[in-house]
Amino acid sequence: MNAGELALLALIIPAVGAGLVGLLRAQPNLREAASLVTGGVLLGVVMRIHRAVAAGEIPRLVLAEPLPGIPLELEVEPLGMIFALVAGSLWIVTTLYAIGYMRGHHEKNQTRFYIFFALAISCTMGVAFAGNLFTLFVFYEALTLSTFPLVTHAGTDAAKRAGRVYLGILLSTSIAFQLFAIIWTYLLTGTIDFEMGGILEGRAGEGVVAVLLALYVFGIGKAAVMPFHRWLPAAMVAPTPVSALLHAVAVVKAGVFSILKITIYVFGIDFLTQLGASVWLMWVAAATIILASLVAFRKDNLKARLAYSTISQLSYVVLGAMLANTMGIIGGGMHIVMHAFGKITLFFCAGAIMVAAHKTEISDMRGLGRTMPVTCAAFFVGTLSIIGLPPAGGTWSKWFLGLGALDAGQVGLVAVLMVSSLLSIGYLMIVPVRAFFSPASNPHGHGHANGGIHEAPLPSLIAIVITSLCCLALFVYPDPFFQLISMVAGP
Amino acid sequence: MSAHLPAIQIVVPLLAAALCVLVPWKRVSWGIAFAGSVTAFFAAIGLLSRVLDGEEIRYALGGWAAPWGIEYRIDAVNALVLLIVAGIGVVVTPFALKSVERELDGRRIPLFYGAWMLCLCGLLGIAITGDAFNIFVFLEISSLSAYALIAMGSDRRALVSAFRYLIMGSVGASFIVIGIGLLYVETGTLNLADLAERLPALHGERTVLVAFAFLTVGTSLKLALFPLHLWLPNAYTFAPSAVTAFLAATATKVAVYVLLRFFFTVFGTAYSFEQLRLGVWLLPLALVAIFTMSLVAIFQGNVKRMLAYSSVAQIGYIILGVSFASVTGLTAATLHLFNHALMKGALFLALGCVMYRVGSVHIDALRGLGRRMPWTMAAFTAGGLSLIGVPLTVGFVSKWFLVLGALEQGMWPVAALVLVTSTMAVVYIWRVVEAIYFGEPSPRAESATEAPLSLLVPTWALIVANLYFGIDATLTTSVAGQAARTLLGGAP
Amino acid sequence: MEVLGLFNYWVVIFLMMVGFYALISRGNLVKKVIGLNIFQTSVIIFYVSTGKIAGGTAPILIGDDHGVAEAGAEVLYSNPLPHVLMLTAIVVGVATMAMALALVVRIRETYGTVEDDEIQEQVLADEAVEGARA
Repeated sequence: MNAGELALLALIIPAVGAGLVGLLRAQPNLREAASLVTGGVLLGVVMRIHRAVAAGEIPRLVLAEPLPGIPLELEVEPLGMIFALVAGSLWIVTTLYAIGYMRGHHEKNQTRFYIFFALAISCTMGVAFAGNLFTLFVFYEALTLSTFPLVTHAGTDAAKRAGRVYLGILLSTSIAFQLFAIIWTYLLTGTIDFEMGGILEGRAGEGVVAVLLALYVFGIGKAAVMPFHRWLPAAMVAPTPVSALLHAVAVVKAGVFSILKITIYVFGIDFLTQLGASVWLMWVAAATIILASLVAFRKDNLKARLAYSTISQLSYVVLGAMLANTMGIIGGGMHIVMHAFGKITLFFCAGAIMVAAHKTEISDMRGLGRTMPVTCAAFFVGTLSIIGLPPAGGTWSKWFLGLGALDAGQVGLVAVLMVSSLLSIGYLMIVPVRAFFSPASNPHGHGHANGGIHEAPLPSLIAIVITSLCCLALFVYPDPFFQLISMVAGP
Repeated sequence: MSAHLPAIQIVVPLLAAALCVLVPWKRVSWGIAFAGSVTAFFAAIGLLSRVLDGEEIRYALGGWAAPWGIEYRIDAVNALVLLIVAGIGVVVTPFALKSVERELDGRRIPLFYGAWMLCLCGLLGIAITGDAFNIFVFLEISSLSAYALIAMGSDRRALVSAFRYLIMGSVGASFIVIGIGLLYVETGTLNLADLAERLPALHGERTVLVAFAFLTVGTSLKLALFPLHLWLPNAYTFAPSAVTAFLAATATKVAVYVLLRFFFTVFGTAYSFEQLRLGVWLLPLALVAIFTMSLVAIFQGNVKRMLAYSSVAQIGYIILGVSFASVTGLTAATLHLFNHALMKGALFLALGCVMYRVGSVHIDALRGLGRRMPWTMAAFTAGGLSLIGVPLTVGFVSKWFLVLGALEQGMWPVAALVLVTSTMAVVYIWRVVEAIYFGEPSPRAESATEAPLSLLVPTWALIVANLYFGIDATLTTSVAGQAARTLLGGAP
Repeated sequence: MEVLGLFNYWVVIFLMMVGFYALISRGNLVKKVIGLNIFQTSVIIFYVSTGKIAGGTAPILIGDDHGVAEAGAEVLYSNPLPHVLMLTAIVVGVATMAMALALVVRIRETYGTVEDDEIQEQVLADEAVEGARA
């Protein structure tokens, strides 16, 4: 089996896993085992593909040809490989976490949950391995639709409303802007393939390129660039594993990944720099970074705060893409990885706190460090990574983004990055600091508060420890991802 | 045998109609209707495959050569329309078996199938014929039987809707006859091909202009082009489920075909679109239709009526493609004829399943049905996604070409509007989907079970077609492309 | 003279407008049907009149097959085609009438009236009931 077929396999495995989960719905233990095994197999397959890609191969596979000249095609290039590695490795961890969480939280319809979860991963792999704009769009939309039942999982009115916002923004931006841009690109160039160095050069003027770029950036609603960010906080009604994997990793990263990929392979970074068409979009991203951080300050609900933090952090990647130089692309690509591991840890912790201590508001979390020391320590590590402090992986991406901004001569953007880091210290660091150093706020609150250590269920705890260790490991050993991103970012 | 396919295409449903009425047993008359529709389907496939080989079929009916006799002339355009009509017929007729038994009085069922076959015959006839007056005759055959079919709806409002449709339809048909008459006065022929030959010399004549106007307005009434669509929503809402599915998927499509035939083949692109600048008129009408009707659809409580308004909007998309008068635009229009038939047919059939089990298609009646009728509701959702234009469904293919066509003309605001209005489809479809999956079931829905197989299989057949032609649109796009080039007079 | 020479068109237009007016303005369904019928009749007259050729006679062949009369002189015939077409159109018209009247009968049976506004009231009541039940 060659690497192209393996890429197809990476799409099929989660779908098969979804089927297995459906068949085993009567036996929860077997069902969860099926999920884990599927995750393991998927990770194995992704690793195999990685070996081929790291050796410089670019596997391709045409699946079908819906329209003449517009095939449904898989192509694994280094950037997609990064995304697939992140999503694939975190899926198995999240499944582990979800088992503890869903049982501990007594969620209903768990089978449906696991089925759509697996389908969402299948679509994520599709996004990662999309070989042209059309394929990317197909899996992008499929990802929106497959995550809709997860967002509305609770079935309550709040969930329904959130689902409406979620679907409304993601579908309408993608149809109205993204599809428009794709068809326009096709009209200009006669192709929708991804090509190194871009396909637009020499075929579109400065004005058209600027409009197209804006259509792509805003049309990819999953990147949550303001003002199309509202769906992300809304999606937080979903069970925490969904928020963790999908709305910190798979879905949102699908968005920024698409922007990065389109910048590199459709516009071409040299062409963009030459035209300077992306400068104003840098500032849109910068504004999103700062504004979302400020909003995050005002949110007392932990998941909501994390959501706004995610919006802010996503725009780092968008910023990296819009800088359109080597350091910017490296920074953006690295940030996809670093933020994924950092944010998933934070969400895992938020869910763990919800399951074990039944707390969702940050102001209630004083002194929590005494009952949930592991969770709170993990939260601290995750926070370090998000802020970009050693010894956590997030340091690298911020470093390269800063270099990229300097290369582009945008000193103002460096200042934005600094301010944003300070802000994230303010709104994130406060959580573990209070948990460890403040006295418990309501000792006669929920009974567990002073009853010694009371952590989340073991599977969840294991997952938390794994991801937080990964955050630290990525500081010491970011090489695999760094090598991959260097392959596309040019000299 | 195969030389007489064009005759078989029409004569078999016509004879079946007579037979259906003569037999007193309802199942037998259904059997005859089914046999008739299957024959028509295979005849249509046979004709299409011959046309795709590059042949233009000419058939003198009864051996009377044109221009004295009536000639059937089949190229890529009408072969496609024949396939749409016959294909929908062969899918919906099995569905009708149980659905009609539930919604109609048993005594009337043989009469129902009589009208059903007549309607099929009329619609096929419009598409196949190469004679202008013959178009009118078949148009009236299909329309009169359609009025009867609609009036058989179980709600008493069906009668009023059918009456209104009759009045407006007859006026439209009369307009068409006047137009044809004026053309005859001017050219002395009724054969479409001869008309096309003789008209270019007469392009300055006022008579030709008047004929053009009468034909355009009359046909626009039939195809429910905004603002002549008023008959459509109620007629579709109160007709029996099978009739709605059949008519929604075919009747307006055939009328669009007539319009295309006259605009492009008979009068010629040079006259319609360069001299009269028809595009300037059609474009705003189409855009207003798309926009207002999608908006109205959002506020409908009755899901059947919602889809009916959506149909008017979708006709707007087709006319939009026509208004570009370019190969891509016409490809989009003819593609959407086919694709819209698939998606609306599927959606109305899914509603027919609901009608069969729950007895109502109000949005409140659909609440919570996601658990009771999972297959039906999955079909509705899939059809809805296709209507929205999600990739890998046929709706996406249509939209792709339509936007491409608009951008080719440099009309990027139009292209943007097409995409923005598809998000309106998201709103009205998702309202229903939400009710289906999250609503609290009504008492009647609570006891509902999955629809019987004879209803589900046709519904899913159309859904599968929606997906298949969305994933592999090579066939449909090549036929539509050939049709577009034929219409514009280039090499096929 | 040109205006008068086209008098058949004036008749057709007059009848058409009469029919159209009745169709639009009358609330009584039967009167609407009559209006429709007048409208369609005007079309028939239009066709028939176009077949007339000044000085032409009825297109019945006298003499041999080639329309050459016994006396050997050319005979000018009216064009028979529009007349034949109108046979079909009349049949269509009758069918439309029958269909329309049948519908009116059914409407009278179910609604108890053939007045448009009274029917509309009941239709609106039906809609309200549907809304309330749901």
